Amino acid sequence: MSHAINTKQPASTLQGARLPKWAPYVIAAGSVAAGCGIGLAGGLDSRIQWGLIAAILFVAVTYLLAAKIEGGRQAKDRIATSVVWVAFLLAVIPLVSLIWETVARGIKVLDTYFLTTSMGVLADTDVGGGIYHALIGTLEQVGLATLMAVPVGLLTAIYLVEYGRGKLAKAVTFFVDVMTGIPSIVAGLFILSFWILILGQGYSGFAGAMALAILMMPVVVRSTEEMLKLVPNELREASLALGVPKWRTILKVVLPTSIGGITTGVMLAVARIAGETAPVLLLVWGNPLINTNPFEGPQASLPLYIYQQYANSAGSPAAYDRAWAAALTLIILIMVLNLVARGIARWKAPKTGR
Amino acid sequence: MRLPTEPLSDLSQDLPKEAVIDMAKRIDVGGLTAYYGSHKAIEDISMTVEPRSVTAFIGPSGCGKSTFLRTLNRMHEVTPGGRVEGKVMLDGEDLYASAVDPVNVRRTIGMVFQRPNPFPTMSIFDNVAAGLRLNGNYKKAELADVVEKSLRGANLWNEVKDRLNKPGSGLSGGQQQRLCIARAIAVEPQVLLMDEPCSALDPISTLAIEDLIGELKERFTIVIVTHNMQQAARVSDRTAFFNLSAVGQPGRLIEIDDTERIFSNPSVQATEDYISGRFG
Ligand SMILES: Nc1ncnc2c1ncn2[C@@H]1O[C@H](COP(=O)(O)OP(=O)(O)O)[C@@H](O)[C@H]1O
Ligand SMILES: [Mg+2]
Repeated sequence: MSHAINTKQPASTLQGARLPKWAPYVIAAGSVAAGCGIGLAGGLDSRIQWGLIAAILFVAVTYLLAAKIEGGRQAKDRIATSVVWVAFLLAVIPLVSLIWETVARGIKVLDTYFLTTSMGVLADTDVGGGIYHALIGTLEQVGLATLMAVPVGLLTAIYLVEYGRGKLAKAVTFFVDVMTGIPSIVAGLFILSFWILILGQGYSGFAGAMALAILMMPVVVRSTEEMLKLVPNELREASLALGVPKWRTILKVVLPTSIGGITTGVMLAVARIAGETAPVLLLVWGNPLINTNPFEGPQASLPLYIYQQYANSAGSPAAYDRAWAAALTLIILIMVLNLVARGIARWKAPKTGR
Repeated sequence: MRLPTEPLSDLSQDLPKEAVIDMAKRIDVGGLTAYYGSHKAIEDISMTVEPRSVTAFIGPSGCGKSTFLRTLNRMHEVTPGGRVEGKVMLDGEDLYASAVDPVNVRRTIGMVFQRPNPFPTMSIFDNVAAGLRLNGNYKKAELADVVEKSLRGANLWNEVKDRLNKPGSGLSGGQQQRLCIARAIAVEPQVLLMDEPCSALDPISTLAIEDLIGELKERFTIVIVTHNMQQAARVSDRTAFFNLSAVGQPGRLIEIDDTERIFSNPSVQATEDYISGRFG
């Protein structure tokens, strides 16, 4: 028996007392229960207060228990973990409740009739009507803005990353930074004074699209720039060393390598402008009738439609329902665009594996 | 100055393919100094690289071997601030003359880099075809032949012939490096520059590449930078030793001679110290 394992070994230095795996869940459940209890007992109206009490309890109890059982270092680890979880929940709750609210209220009137009908001669307080005209307006205005902003933005980013040196590049970077901060109403006012007041053009989807393009361009430049910078220099050099001219190297090696990220950036920019109201209000004016020509006459757009249903209806429930349904449509539209972009990004991403 | 009546060489126009029978060319470097911005990286280097031979560059890190190598096909000027003084003559023609298009220089003098860098968006086939395709002067029917010939030339054909449409990044490091060599020789350069092509590879892959270099030197002029003395001794006909007098000082060519002589009886003491490990 001389080789038998000595069971009376001193405790391993690698092991220490640990809270069981289920401990965080139990503490969380306990904190929520305690938060509700305290809230009820104290007669607190606001659920937010209940939640905050539960969150504080959760962090504190985790810390105290861990400090008692596991020791100081693990307690700090636990407190960091629990704070991260609480912060995550705090960030997610408004998001989820927003989507929940929009879906719950928007689903009421969202059907094919709603999607394929305009407001026509309907008064804003009446039941019925739809968003066909606004959907067309949004698609056309955003499409036109994308057509204007993406080529310019792409070329600017290519210039900055691949060619830009010295003063000009610095100036361009500076102006792109400034443009990133332009409030949408200012872009709208600029086009208003330039296009409508000075050049004497009328309200149109195209005028709105120009303002949207101004808002979109810096986002495209910035995201494309970052993506191009991620392309390893070795690939450029490999191509140049094959005797490929620089412009072809950019076109055939650099852009394909980064096309996934560029697409995602463009889609984010599209999502940003699709929800803009102010420039559309100023330049496209709004129109309850279907106008498929973005170059002539006022059009509608989804954000503008939402705003007008809310503002012009004197609290009519039918108009509120339409506004929610239009908001839901806008969210779905942008989500679909994002999914498409992700699909493209994955499909085009540099291939790995065998 | 180049006289306008002088016939244009093949560097100043598109390469006449049929005229190239003996592809290897001699390089004469005279008084070459290279800068990164205001930093002088190498100074006053003169040497001759013989055609159809392997010339190895050895020397401590930072002495400018890569910089010098990159001046030989005008890749140095791709680096921001990169600037060169002096002459590099390819069979008597100055690569830095004002009429010379660097793009044509690089088609004539190919390069293989330290880290294998296949194009990640392209398949194995497309990687090898990249040089021809991107330059736009190729016949569709010839492409498959060129790819096969180049892959055979790089001793990679048997390993990849069943997966030509798979991405090049799925290969092992050694295979990727041979893929890069195949890509470089597919455009039929006359000189092949290799910057530590084996430093990221295991001994077996290294051996495969060394064998390949031995075969390639029948057709190309080869210049290889290496940190591995045995490798220099094994593969090269001539060896050049570079050194720098102090950190921050420009690197210089100490001597260039037949490899046997450099490794048995170099004429400069510093070379012997470096080779025998008594350096620094
Ligand atoms: N891209 C660069 N920008 C500025 N200096 C550089 C760059 N690359 C190399 N150098 C400098 O040039 C010198 C020679 O470097 P390099 O040619 O890479 O040496 P080696 O290849 O012999 O190790 C070093 O002093 C290095 O710091
Ligand atoms: Mg080097």
